[in-house]
This record gives sequence, structure tokens and C-alpha cells, in this order.
Amino acid sequence: MSGLLEPTLYVIKGIAILDNDGNRLLAKYYDPSVFPTVKEEKKFEKNLFQKTHRANAEVIMLDRLTCVYRSNVDLFFYVMGLSHENELILVSVLSCLYDAVSAILRKNVEKRTLLDNLDIIMLALDEICDGGVPLETDPQVVTQRVSLRMEESPFNDQTVTQVLQSAREQLKWSLLK
Amino acid sequence: MMSSFKQIKKDEEEGGGNPYHSMDKTSVLQEARVFNETPVNVKRSTHVLTKILYLLNQGETLATKEATDAFFAMTKLFQSNDLVLRRLVYLGIKELCTVAEDTIIVTSSLTKDMTGREDQYRAPAIRALCRITDATMMQAIERYMKQAIVDRAPGVSSAALVSCRHIMKDSPDVVKRWVSEVQEALSSDCVMVQFHALGVLHQIRKSDKLAVTKMVTKLTSSGLRSPYAICLLIRIVARLIEEDEVGADSRLFDFLESMLRHKAEMVIYEAANAIVTLRKSSARDLAPAISVLQLFLSSPKPTLRFAAVRTLSKVAMTQPNAVTACNLDLENLIQDVNRSIATLAITTLLKTGSEGSVDRLMKSISSFLNDISDEFKIVVVEALRALALKYPRKQAVLMGQLADMLRSEGGLPYKEAIASTIITIIEDNPEAKEKGLDHLCEFIEDCEHTTLAVRIIHLLGREGPRTRQPARYIRFVYNRVILENAAVRAAAVSVLAKFGAQCESLLGNILVLLQRCMMDTEDEVRDRATYYHAVLATRDNALINQYILNPPQFALPSLERALVQYLRTDTSGPFDTRTIPTAPPPQEEKKTPNIMEPAPRPVERIIPTHEKYAEQLAAIPHFAHLGPLFKSSAPLELTEAETEYMVRCIKHTFQKHIVLQFDCTNTLNDQLLEAVSVVVEGDGWDIEASLPCPSLPYSQLGSCYTLLPIPEDIMATTGTFSATLKFKVRDCDPATGEPDTDEGYEDDYTLEDVEITVADHVQRAARSNFAAGWDELGATNELEDTFALSAMTTLEEAITQITQFLGMHPCDRSDRVPEGKSAHTLYLAGTYRGGHEVLVRAKLALADGVTMQLTVRSDDPEVSEVIASAVG
Repeated sequence: MSGLLEPTLYVIKGIAILDNDGNRLLAKYYDPSVFPTVKEEKKFEKNLFQKTHRANAEVIMLDRLTCVYRSNVDLFFYVMGLSHENELILVSVLSCLYDAVSAILRKNVEKRTLLDNLDIIMLALDEICDGGVPLETDPQVVTQRVSLRMEESPFNDQTVTQVLQSAREQLKWSLLK
Repeated sequence: MMSSFKQIKKDEEEGGGNPYHSMDKTSVLQEARVFNETPVNVKRSTHVLTKILYLLNQGETLATKEATDAFFAMTKLFQSNDLVLRRLVYLGIKELCTVAEDTIIVTSSLTKDMTGREDQYRAPAIRALCRITDATMMQAIERYMKQAIVDRAPGVSSAALVSCRHIMKDSPDVVKRWVSEVQEALSSDCVMVQFHALGVLHQIRKSDKLAVTKMVTKLTSSGLRSPYAICLLIRIVARLIEEDEVGADSRLFDFLESMLRHKAEMVIYEAANAIVTLRKSSARDLAPAISVLQLFLSSPKPTLRFAAVRTLSKVAMTQPNAVTACNLDLENLIQDVNRSIATLAITTLLKTGSEGSVDRLMKSISSFLNDISDEFKIVVVEALRALALKYPRKQAVLMGQLADMLRSEGGLPYKEAIASTIITIIEDNPEAKEKGLDHLCEFIEDCEHTTLAVRIIHLLGREGPRTRQPARYIRFVYNRVILENAAVRAAAVSVLAKFGAQCESLLGNILVLLQRCMMDTEDEVRDRATYYHAVLATRDNALINQYILNPPQFALPSLERALVQYLRTDTSGPFDTRTIPTAPPPQEEKKTPNIMEPAPRPVERIIPTHEKYAEQLAAIPHFAHLGPLFKSSAPLELTEAETEYMVRCIKHTFQKHIVLQFDCTNTLNDQLLEAVSVVVEGDGWDIEASLPCPSLPYSQLGSCYTLLPIPEDIMATTGTFSATLKFKVRDCDPATGEPDTDEGYEDDYTLEDVEITVADHVQRAARSNFAAGWDELGATNELEDTFALSAMTTLEEAITQITQFLGMHPCDRSDRVPEGKSAHTLYLAGTYRGGHEVLVRAKLALADGVTMQLTVRSDDPEVSEVIASAVG
């Protein structure tokens, strides 16, 4: 039997974001033949978390899947492909996911902020992978496509800081007078 | 105030600071009522919709009614123009469309968004729309899709292309009409668009090899920009090279090699992986790919190291010499922090290293074996197995290592892999047998897996009696009777009987032990003990032989059917077991695929088993009188691959008839075939009936049958038949499959010959003790002859050929030739049509071709003659 890789767009079998207890925050699996039900998915996640939460080794093979992963504080990001998939493609998807999330959360890559911005993170995940096909791998493009709220609202963080800054300046001057 | 604060604090801690924790479905769906407010309450609606999506993502399922209600409430949100909310609605549509009903309702809203000016809407709207649209609706949005594919905005174009690819799973034909747009998108500047376009284009062209070749030729010379697209192209090219039988097109191979110098690591790896995986690659072709992978081995990126070492370990399985150059780098990786990488490095070294390095490697294995997952442990075990076969002198060390591993923690597949490796070593090397059996005995003393314990106990029953001191195994086996569950106890009782049957000196003691087992609480164990005790107590060798060592092996479903039949008729005469087909011995059990091997591609069509065939044929009234089905052959292709009509033949043998089943497939989409039959002609054979297939539409499988009575003369029961496919053609519209004309015309198509051989009359049968069976059958109907098989160059080749030719089953593992031997004896067992037992002993010697002395024994002189004449 030939071991050549299938020429297909469907290279991603799953993407998951888990918290530091191994609970699912967000997960998507694209191939029902890999995990037929949610029960198997969650069992796999528990197992995956057990094997990966201590060693930060970036790649592991588990249940006939190649999983690349990355973690920060209390969040674990995973991208899964078939066991013989080109790992470097998976890693490029993983870095896109991580960098996009990091940009959306303004570098506060933690569970709390992630949950506060869950709607945007969901949209980002949807922009990165569509039904198993990597849709976009450039984190900047992904953030552009989803971070709509910032442009919309007149008071984004930047301006709030600026307002405070100027208020402080004014106060300082008034005290000096 | 303080207490409520504490309460909140406590809630937060329980949910791990997760505000979505402990939400419940009903209340969230209640909250969805906020969607109905006018004007839309954007903030609240966004929050509630996020909650719903979160719940769905956690695996909560909605009933159809709940989903439909939520879906319709959600459609109200189209009134708001908030960007985030709108896009969440798209997500919601995609999530709910599989459960909710009448999702078509949002088509117009989505079409509006898809064709509108807002880029932020267009791409996701396309993706959502394609999810809810079926093939018939596709026509309506076809124009928009075509525009979207070539849109200037890369996001829109990508969304359209990826959606195309999804649609193709259900209705490939629609997308085929957009091929020129897809082609245009292929020349896009955007990395992702190019990748998606190539994926869709390849999917469209896939079945047309010429078109793929043309596409590849163009793309390999023009140069793609996107590394993702190039990776895909490399896979397509590799497929082409592999499928091309004539010899690799050197230009294609040059392309792969040039990609080793690409700047993206992703592409370099893909190319290297393709080159080493290609079966046609010579050692010289491998060299550049291996040296690229060698560079990756010392990369600071774990994934790159992992990819490289994984690929190298794959190469080492088939061509260990090619990897030897990397040994030094691999040794460094044994200390890698990533245990997966370390394991792969070690297993690769085990394959490429020399005999001298075994001891050292073994030490490093035991140091980290506890850190790695079971899958990887199995990889290690597989490597040890290969090593043991390669260096028989190291088997003692390896056996020790395996025994240690057997005692450590691990799941069933892992333990099974170890046990079967030990068994392989035992079978390969008789000197290691007793040592290996000792390890296994010790293991079953404390084995929690019933299946594995049973398997090992049976192995003891097979190998134990032939060792120097069979008595020592009795204790281990009898201990199981005392301590284990029913399944293991039953197996242990059977094995005790085997010892009793083969070792005279132990028989007395065994009878005592069996007597004790008759008090068992479990029926099965008691029954077995009583049965074996009764048979053994007679001390009649023929009886013992027939009912313990080589018990009859009927196909159970057929036996059941025959018994039911017998009870319905006159039961004054004894039941005749001769008409019951014997069960073919189980095929070599498939090795559990380890994670290093690619998942096998799904088999096109599952081949029905004996039982299925028997049922299918029994359902046809013409064949009802034929009696039980004796044997069905493997499907035989009567046409070349990829011709207009494909026909394969399956030969079904009955007591006095043979049924030829022709499975036909029509591969022309503009033809409807009617009254399809296969006309066969052969010397000395009559045709009793022929059943045509009334109608054979495009790409559907239809069967027609021919019934042949088997000639009385047993020597004339083989033959060659010419075969022609005859049918009536009606031209039809390729799109709908409706015939254009009422009148068709006759046509025929010549097929390859069908051959009925001796093997079609013989069913494979197992003998767990060949020598006993051989003696029992006696020399009454013995025939002996000597043959010179000049075309064979090795003993293995001769053995495969003879086994296939006679259709019999090799016993006592005599199909394996110890390395370096120039003489070997092959033992075969089978059942001839009509229930005649046949045993064959073939003594083979290698000297300028293979010389064979063939001895046939059976319970019928004519059968012996047929078998002996089959080889000549």
C-alpha cells in the first residue's frame, strides 16, 4: 500500500483550545470518521491534555493523529492532522491561531480575557479553518477580518488611555499653577 | 452584603473563572427571546448568541424543535447591521443548519449579503449560504458564485473556492461548470487563493488522468507562489509518478528534487517526504532527500526535528542503509526533551545500527520507556521484533528486555504487541522457545486481559507438549483453572487435554486434574472437562486424535442450517457431516497497524464473505436445489482496469454444480445496457442455466449468473472457458441517465478466459497437529510423484505457488522457510468437494530450480489422483 499523502485541501482534523484543567473552551473537529461523537472528542482531549500539559514539546502523536500544540499561562492551543500529515503545515495553522488570538486579546493570552472576547475568538477560528480546509494562515489578515469592534467604537482602548493621559496632564498643570 | 459577595466568589472558583460555566440549555434558549426585540438589542443579543454557540461547541445537542425555534429567532437579527452580531448569526446558521428545519428561509438574506458591498459580510455569507444550499438551489446562485470565485478580494475568492470544494462532496457536477473561473483564480497573487483553487481544480480533474498530467506539466514549469499550493502540487506529482507504470517521467522527478531547494521549510519537507515514500526511488534518488532531512534533525524547532526523524524512521523500515549516514545525528536526539522524537530516533537506530550497538541502545530504551505513550511503546516493540529477526544472537538480550516490558504498565494493544513479538521469536528460533514460554507463563500468572491470557494458554497447548519437559507447564495452566474467570478456565481445560493427548506419561495425572474441573461452577468449563475426560479415558489413539488434536472444523452457520434442514426431514438415517463445508482457517491475523504507518486507504468495495454469498445465492430460486455452498473463489478480473465495461467473476462451488457469478459495471455514462449476460463455452461442460441481468445503468453494479453442472468424471472437472459479454445498448443522456431511444442495438464485448482449477474444488482446512492427521489417514490412498519446477528460483516462491495452486492451507507454519536452508518440507491440508479430507506433504529441494517430491493422502483414491495430477 502506498504511503503517499492524499492530495487534498482537508488537512486539518481538529482545532482545540483547552484551559489549564484540560476542559474544552473551544474545539472543532472536522472529520466524523476520526471521532464520531462528542464523547470520544472529549475523551481524546483529556488524554491529550494529560500527555501535553507538563512537557512543552510542541508536537505529539496520539490516537493516530499528529497534534501540534502551544500553551500560555492557562491556555492550551492544539491543531490536529492525520498521523502522516505534513507537520509544518499544521504548525503554520497553529501559529496563525495563536498569534491571531494574541492580537485580539492584546497580548493578554489568558483564559479570562479569552472568555470575555469569546465571540470574536469564535469568529477568528471560523476564519482560520473552514470544515477542515485552512482558510487563512496569516494572523494579521485574520485579525483584520474579525476585529471589527475596535474600528467601530469611537472609544477604543487607545483613546481611553489617551484621554486619561491628557486628563492627568491637565490635573498636573492645574496643581502646578 | 458580605455573604453574597462570598457566594459570587465561590461560584467563580467553582467555574474556574468561567462565566459560561454551569449554564443550562433551557434557560439560555429562553433568553434567546431577546432576539425578537425591535430595534435589536445588539449587546444582549450578541451575548446570548455567544452563549448558544458556546453550548453547542461544548457538545450540547438541540432537539429539532429547539433548533428550529432558535434558528428562526436568530433570523430576526438580520435587521441589525452590527458587524459582529451579523457574523455570529452566520456561525449560528452553520451550526444549526444540520438540525433545524426549513433553513432555506435565510437564503435571500444571505444572498443579499453575499452580493452586497460590505466585504466583511460577503466572504462569510458565501460560506454560510453554501452550507444550507442543495444542488437544485445551486442553479439560482450559480452566477454569483462564478463572480465570487474571481473576486478581487482574496477573502471572498477563498471563501467561494472552499465552499465549492465542500459542495463537490455531494454534487460534483455543478462545480465542474465553473472550471474556467477556478482556473483564473489559480493565477491569483494571494497565497491562500492559489492553494484553494488548485485543490478544487484537482478535484474536478481527478478522474481524468490526461487532464491531471496536463495541469501538472503547466504548473510545474510556470511556478506557483503559494507554499501550500506547492505542497499540494507535490502530492499530485508524487501520485502521478507512482501510478505511471512505464517508468518515472524524469521531468516530474526533477520537479520534486528542485523543490528540495525551495525556501519554505514546509515545501522542502513535503518534497523530501514524497521522494522517500515513492516506491520507485532508487538509492541515488534518495540521497538528496535524506541529506535535507538530516539537516532538519539538528533544527531548533521541535516540529521540524520530529517531522524529519519520523520520515527517516519510515525509510529505515525498507532501506536501512540509506539512513546510516544520519546515525550520529540520531544518537544526539536520544536525549531530546520531546520523548516522541527520542523514541523515533531510537527505533530508527535499532534498524540502522550494527549488532554491537544493540546493548547500548537497549539501556537507553529502558531509561525512558515509562515517559512515552502506548502508541510509541508499540513502535519500540515492533523495532525490537525486527531486530530479533535480524540478529538471532542478540535474542537473549532482547527477550529479557521484552519480558521486563511485559511486566510493566501498559494497555492491551501494547501487551499484545509484546506477546506476539515473543511468539514470533519463539517460532523463528527453536532455541529461544523454552525461555520465551517461561516468560509468557510468568506473565499469565498476573495478566488482566482475558483475550491475551487465552491466546497465550493456547500457545502453551500448541508448543508445550513438544518441549523436553512438558510437565512443567501443567502447573501454570492448572493454576489458571483455579484462579481465573470462566473464559480463561475453559481455555485452560482444553489445553490440559492437549497435553494429555500428546504426552503418554502425563495422561494419568491429567485425567485426575480434569476430574477436578468437572466440579466447576461454569457450564462450559464443566462440559469441556467431561468431554475431554471421556475421550482421553478411552486411551484410543484414533479417537483422541480425531476429537482432541484435529477436531472437525465445520463452518458453523452452514452446520446450523444443515441441522435445521435435517430435523425437518426424515431423521431415521444418521446426519451426514460430509456435505457441511469446512470453515476455512482464519487468515493470518492482521498486525495492529502502528502509528508510524499511514492509515490504509478505504477499500473500494468490501468483499463479501462466504456466508453473504451463500445467502445471496440461496435467494435466487434457480439455485435453491444446489445444496450448501462449498466454496467461493476470490473475485477475478475479466477486463483491464478503466475499460468501457468492467467484469469480474466469482466462482461458487457446490456439491455437484459450479455457479459463475459475473459482477458487471458499465463505465459509459451515455449508455444504458439491457439484458446483459456472459456467454461461456468450454469443452466437456454443459450449461444448465444462464440468468441475465435485466438492466445495467451507468456506474451501477449488476450481476448475471451461469450454472454449470460438474462432469461426473473427476478428472474432467477442470477447464478453460472463453467468455463474451452480450448486451443490448440504449444511448442515453449523460446528465439524467434517461434513454434517448426506445430501440436499442445488440453488441458484445470479448472478456478474458475463465478458468476452473483444482483449487476451486478444494477448501483450505487447518490441522493443529499435522503428523497425527497424516498417520490417521494412512497410506491406503497414497500417491507419490516427483516434479522438477524449473521456473522457480527460491523455496519461498515454490511454496507460495504450490499453496495457491492446490488451494490448501499450510500447517505447522511449514510455509516459512528458515533462512539459508536449501531443503524444506511443506505440509498442506484441505477438504475436497464432497467432504473428502486431503493432506499433502511436499518435500522441496533447491538446486537449479526446485525439485519436489509430492505425497498425497486422502480418503478417496480418485481425489488423491486429482490432486497429484494438478501439479503436473
